[in-house]
This record gives sequence, structure tokens and C-alpha cells, in this order.
Amino acid sequence: MTAAATTEAGARPLRAGRRPSSLPGVPSWLGTVPFLAYVAVFLLWPTGIVVVDSLKNPTGAWAFSNITELGNPLVRGYFIGSFKLSLLSAVAGAVLGAILAYAIASGNPDGVVRRLYLAASGVLAQFGGVTLAFAFLVTIGPVGLLFHASWYYDFPWGIGLIYTYFQIPLMVLVFLPAIDGLKVQWREASENLGASAWQYWRYVGGPLLMPAFLGALLLLFANALSSFATIIAWENQIAYIVPQQISTALSSEVGLSNVNVADLLALGMVIMVAIVMTGYALLQRRTARWLR
Amino acid sequence: MSALEKAAKAEGTLNVIALPPTWANYGAIISTFEKDYGIKVNSALPDGTSQQEVDAVKTENGTAKAPDVMDIGMAVALANTNLFAPYEVSTWSSIPTAQKAANGEWVQDYGGYMAVGYSSKFGTITSLNDLLSAKFKNAVALNGNPTSANAALNGVMMASLAEGGSAGSISAGVSFFQKLKAAGNFSPVSATGATIKAGTTPVVFNWDYLNLPSYVGVSNWKVFIPSNAVLGGYYAQAINKNAPHPAAARLWEEFLYSQAATGGQNLWLEGGARPVEQTAMQSNGSINSSAASKLPAVSGTPVFLSPTQSTDAANYLAANWAKAVS
Repeated sequence: MTAAATTEAGARPLRAGRRPSSLPGVPSWLGTVPFLAYVAVFLLWPTGIVVVDSLKNPTGAWAFSNITELGNPLVRGYFIGSFKLSLLSAVAGAVLGAILAYAIASGNPDGVVRRLYLAASGVLAQFGGVTLAFAFLVTIGPVGLLFHASWYYDFPWGIGLIYTYFQIPLMVLVFLPAIDGLKVQWREASENLGASAWQYWRYVGGPLLMPAFLGALLLLFANALSSFATIIAWENQIAYIVPQQISTALSSEVGLSNVNVADLLALGMVIMVAIVMTGYALLQRRTARWLR
Repeated sequence: MSALEKAAKAEGTLNVIALPPTWANYGAIISTFEKDYGIKVNSALPDGTSQQEVDAVKTENGTAKAPDVMDIGMAVALANTNLFAPYEVSTWSSIPTAQKAANGEWVQDYGGYMAVGYSSKFGTITSLNDLLSAKFKNAVALNGNPTSANAALNGVMMASLAEGGSAGSISAGVSFFQKLKAAGNFSPVSATGATIKAGTTPVVFNWDYLNLPSYVGVSNWKVFIPSNAVLGGYYAQAINKNAPHPAAARLWEEFLYSQAATGGQNLWLEGGARPVEQTAMQSNGSINSSAASKLPAVSGTPVFLSPTQSTDAANYLAANWAKAVS
């Protein structure tokens, strides 16, 4: 029961009481100014530039017809590639990461194993780019030390596998607190009422974790969508995903560079994230309905 | 010249950009210049591209860290001549007319021929079609995406020439890489020193001066230039018209085009690149002949892409490359 006691202590409600009153004469919204200024400078402003420039031509005149470029089959292919890769690596990372997080949570909360896994996850979730792609290349690539994966260069399987290497630890980090929030008493209560393990997960554990799981899935999706250095090192002679094509549009040495096209592709990614976020919000409203 | 040297020393600093120390001997070129003139060289973004050089000139315009000089691909140079200050170095007459702008706003500096570098474990390659055989499984790589990297575009163009295409059409080269892909021999990994050392890209299409054993860092490395496909490519020098160190920039150009034993032209040659004044230096005897004799042998007339041919090739690749090899 030590595990239950600790969880209980960790989940104790906030002590009731009044918030410290603000200084007289200082409006309470003043505290949000640094945050809002930060968001304005580093999020809203750059997004505004991207939107405006994507609708101009290289001479600076308005060119709303640019938007039709998003319907070009080649361009559509980059978006489909980005979506496939992000979805594949997010789902694989979320499912495997959730299982691993559950295994860690069911161990000793102060044990060495837990601390080791958390520390390793913290490091590996940040491991990416050239080093990661190269590590996979020399272990399972065409001349790999372990075995020769003939599908290593098949998009999105090879690169999807590489992405799961940082997606799984990220999932462990963001999902473990949710699993820790599951009280042992709930499990015991459902067992006392005669529920099978499947019934517990179907009617109690699953619904409780679903909002957190979907939130983490979205985070993993966005993480994969914006990754660039890893795929460039994995293979760089064909563009499969949008960030690769943005790079070509920004820095082509052979005369194909066009900043406005790069902006337009970035705008397409913003729209893609907006669509996914909307879908997430709708799902979240449904899965979290019982909370209200 | 001595007035220029004095003014440059007074400025004390030179900003260069996108000069990898292992590329065409730039490490030695920079340190020799620093030693000869006591001018500090700030080398920004050593692995940058030509387009990034131009972007830096624009975004850092008017600041002390703006690049003074550029070493730039021809396509990007021709599109940005309004950023350059015309300058004629003292060895101007040694530079072939076709390799410089008439007013000196850009001047080609060094270059090479597109070549196939390969590990000697494959024996000897005598034709590009050898690369279609089974022993080259997953082995043959370009140096980047040909819609983005100039060396990769020229790699495809060289294959086109070898397959009987012309400088006006790159389609035969795309077909060759399609055949290579179908045979399972095309490696989509961009070749770098690390991938060559690890053995993951044992056959690489790249400029001959970047395909030397000394450059790629492996000793069992051979270079092959198909006799019917000698495709030349030269970079160009240009001076930023708003250079923060205008005298140092011009002194740097004088140094790069100098025919002295430790001048830029011979230093490039020692790095395996073909300096633009090579023909003139061979006739006046100032060339480092032992370095010259180490260059890969070439037979046939070199082909140089015109700006139009280069643009046509890029546009064809933009529409057809991904389809052919994915």
C-alpha cells in the first residue's frame, strides 16, 4: 500500500484560501503582459509575415493566385508525405510510449529503474538530427552492422522508425504523470465489484487516460511535423515532406529558390496544424465529456 | 598595390562566408592570407550555400559583420549582380574572357569537372553503365537534391552527356538515375565525408576536387571522368558593393588571383581544384607542376552550361526528378 499512500499524497487537493491580493492601483492583467508580448513577437508576428508574404510575388506585389500552388500535385505530395510520416511516428510513438510509461508507473515509484528510465527518456527525447540518422544508417542501413534493412530507404517506414526513437521517450515523459494519477483504489474498487481487467480498462482506466493520451498524440504529431534535420541526414536527394521543400525554396543554388513559395508552404503547414488541432479539440470535448 | 595593402591592414579584418576549410584548400588559403598580411579573417557559416551568402549580404547590409567577399555559384551570381562591386585584379589578362564579367563584377576563380569517385574495392570503372551492375547495390549517391544543390544537378547532367544527351537537355540523365533506382543501386543518402568513411556511399557523383582521396578522407578512393562527358563547373568571386572592409576585400581578391608559389591560384591547385588562370600559368611557368600532375586525367572537350541551359535543367528536374527516383 505504500504506492497508494504516495499517490494519495501527490494528488492532495490544493489548500483552500484566498489568493494574495494584488498591489493597490496595479491592474491584475499587467502580469500577463510579458507572456503576451513574447507570444506577439515570436509567434504572431512571424506567422503574420508568413501569411502576407505567401500572397505576394518576388517583386512585392500582391499575388493571391499563389494559393492555387497548394493544389499542384507535386506540392500536395509533400503535404501527404508530411501527414503520413507524422501520423505514423506519432501513433507508433504514442502506443509504445504509453505501454512503457505504464510499465514504469507500476514499478517502485522511488526505484532506480524509474529514475533511470526517466533520465534516459529526458535525454533521448532530444536526440535527433544528423547523429540519430547516422546511428541508424550504420546499424541497420544498407551496409549496417546489425542487419541490412532493405526497407531502410522506403518512405515513410525507414524514417518513421528513426522518428520513433525520439517519439517514444517523449511520450513517456508527457504521459507518465497521467498514469501516476490513476489511483490504486479505483482498480481495487472495480475488482471488488467483480470487473475483469478488460472491463476496468474499458470503463474506468481507458476513459480516464484518453484525454491525456490524445493530447500527447497531438504533441507527438506536431513534433514529427516540424522535424527537419533528421530526414535531411536520412536522405536528401528527394523531397518527401514539406520542410525539405521549404529548404529547397529558400536555398536552391540552381535558380529554383523563391521565398514566397517557401512562405506559402509554411502557411500550408500552419493550416495543417490548425486542422489537426480542431480535430483534437472536437475529440477532446467528446472524450472529456464525463469530466464535466 | 602597396597603397591597397596599407589600407587593408588599417582595416585589419576581412569577413568571408561559406568557405569550408577542407574545400579546395580554403583552410590553408585563409591562414596564408592571415599570415602574409596580418589581417584577421572572420569565417562565417563555413558550410553555407551560395544562396545563403547572398541572403547574408542582404540581411546584414550596413553592419560590420556583413560578408566582404563571396565565393559563389554562377546561377546565384548572375541573379544578384546588383549586389557586387566591379573590380579587376592585376592578373586580369590571365583570366579567359568567357570566365569573367566584362566589367569585373564577377570573376570565376576555380572549378573542376564532374567526376565519379568510388571505392577501389569495385575494381575499375570504365563507363557509367558499369554502375548498373548488381555489385553496386545501394551504392551510388549524388551530393544533395539536384533541384537544390548545384553539384547534384551537374551530376545528373554529366550522366545525361554520357548517355548521349546534350547540354540543352538533362532528360537522359534523369532516365539514367531512374534505371539506377530500378536496379536498386541508387542511394538516396547525401554523400558526405562521414558517409564515405562509413562506407554507406561508396560511389559518389561530385566535382573532381571534392572527390579526391585527400578530400574524402579514405585512401582506397578512385576518380573517373567519362571521356564523352567532361562537364566543367567554376565558382566565381564577387565583392560586396557595401563591404564593411572594402580594401581588405580587394586585397583578398589580389591574393586569390596571384600566380605566386603561395598565392591563391597555386593553393587552389594544391587542393585539387583547377584555378581559372591555369592555362596562362602553364605557359608562363608559374604553375606548381607537381600539383597539376595529380589532377584526374581528362579526355574530350569540356562542356560548360550556359545560364539558360542550367535554368532549363533545373525546371525539368523540378517537375520530373522526384517522380523518377522515388
